[in-house]
Amino acid sequence: MRSDNRPPLILTVGAIAGLLFLHLPILLIFLYAFTTDERTYQFPPPGLTTQWFAVAWNRADIWPPLYLSLKVAALSTVMALILGTLCAAAMARTRFFGRDQISLLIILPIALPGIITGMSLRSAFSIMDIPFSTWTILMGHATFCIVIVFNNAVARFRRLSGSIVEASMDLGANGFQTFRHVILPNLGSALLAGGMLAFALSFDEVIVTTFTAGQQSTLPIWMLNELVRPRQRPVTNVVAIVVFVTTFVPILIAYYLTRGGSETAGGGK
Amino acid sequence: MTLAAQPSDRTQAARSAILPERGAGDRVSALLWRHPNLLLAALLILPLGWLVVVYLGSLSALLLQSFYSIDEFSGQIRREFTLSTYAELFRPANMDIIIRTVAMSAAVTLGAVVIAFPIAYFAARYARGHWKALFYLGVMLPLWSSYLVKVYAWKLILAREGIITWATDGIGASAVLNGILALPVIGGTSLSTSYIGTWLVFLYVWLPYMILPMQASLERVPQSMLEASADLGASRWQTMRTVIFPLALPGIIAGSIFTFSLTMGDYIIPQIVGSSRRFIGQAVYQLQGTAGNIPLAAAFAVVPIVIMLIYLTIARRKGAFDAL
Repeated sequence: MRSDNRPPLILTVGAIAGLLFLHLPILLIFLYAFTTDERTYQFPPPGLTTQWFAVAWNRADIWPPLYLSLKVAALSTVMALILGTLCAAAMARTRFFGRDQISLLIILPIALPGIITGMSLRSAFSIMDIPFSTWTILMGHATFCIVIVFNNAVARFRRLSGSIVEASMDLGANGFQTFRHVILPNLGSALLAGGMLAFALSFDEVIVTTFTAGQQSTLPIWMLNELVRPRQRPVTNVVAIVVFVTTFVPILIAYYLTRGGSETAGGGK
Repeated sequence: MTLAAQPSDRTQAARSAILPERGAGDRVSALLWRHPNLLLAALLILPLGWLVVVYLGSLSALLLQSFYSIDEFSGQIRREFTLSTYAELFRPANMDIIIRTVAMSAAVTLGAVVIAFPIAYFAARYARGHWKALFYLGVMLPLWSSYLVKVYAWKLILAREGIITWATDGIGASAVLNGILALPVIGGTSLSTSYIGTWLVFLYVWLPYMILPMQASLERVPQSMLEASADLGASRWQTMRTVIFPLALPGIIAGSIFTFSLTMGDYIIPQIVGSSRRFIGQAVYQLQGTAGNIPLAAAFAVVPIVIMLIYLTIARRKGAFDAL
């Protein structure tokens, strides 16, 4: 092996081909939103039109699922922010009995396949005769969003120098004042990033939701129904673009907020 | 309470370094400062309470349900302990579902290792500066972007009238495509109704989960070891096989935990792209929904947990958790 720093050709080709494999398919979603063909997935599209955006806007069955998704995502983000930050504050710098078990418990809802989380909640609702509602959806979403906020917040807590907290106390601030004026401003961008990711994750979640929604329809569930029984296929593409952008923009913002730090925004979904 | 309440305040403050209390906030702060365990408990009670009640509670509900059974005549859940629901898993039709799911998970994991390796290796060893950020974003964005949108994109690609058929016709390779589709078991009438299609979509959706831990473990391989290997006369391939691969193995196993477990628990992808033969996820979903057999659905959901526990035990012995 030569020790020069040029990658072998086959490696470069493999890496670029792999990245293209990860990115090209999404582009087709955009292309098919403009096709004139609403019955099949014919490629290349027989013609191009922008009418489907207007059609989607006027479809009454899209709006309620959109509102429900936004509501659930917003509420579960708030809950995850509170619960995740509390966890992170407790776990960042301390060592205590059972600490490893607690961190496993925080990660478990996202480490186990969604179907297990979903089926578990479904079993519990069945045993306790809890009827499906927005709250049942929210219970599932908040549970797996905690880890996202936790990951971002705990990384920031570890990076936060302990001396500024001590300085604040030396200057006469009590614990609450220190939290309000010293810790919170330092935590801000990490929490914003975590909240963005939690929102994106919740807005897009479908597997757990199908088990906890009953007859209600979130936007991903609406999309899933359209995928199984398509009608006006390009409208589904328009909605797919909305979902894609609604999750993509927060992710990008989260990346720029946490860039340069030791923490990574994702680190395993 | 207030500063003015104390008569010789100025002299007192000058004499001792401890400031007088200014209210309830100060008193609570002081209490928590003196008893760090109290602070810890106050912080943890809400999130832990939530996770224990909602999540662990549900998981135990799942276990509990799996030991119930369904009354064949009335269709009601019989709430008595029985192992008969688990025994049903061993019926040939249900065993087929389990074996099919495990085989698919293994195939997806192998495919992910092969495709992820060049990306992870390039990003870990050769990408610098802007390229490094580009590779990072290039893996992160597909990981986080909408799951359903990704699956939908592949439905468009694999459809009989879609872009793959168009491309193979264009380069005159439609005979190859038809040959592949004519293969027994993995073939089908079109890519979107065959196991090949299901495999491709799984591979696409879970690939980033393999790349990230693999890249992390490759970044920890010291340059000096590669130089030593070269000094001792090893060819590139020998270095790859005897130095890099064993050192990257924990990362590969860590990634395989994700690809394996996620494939096993998914029911959307085989429902949208694939043949009508079911996977564990689909069985769980149909049993709890239309069939109304929650106990059997719960027993089916326990299968991936058991398989993953076995898998994790093996992975732990190989040191995969250091790479997470």
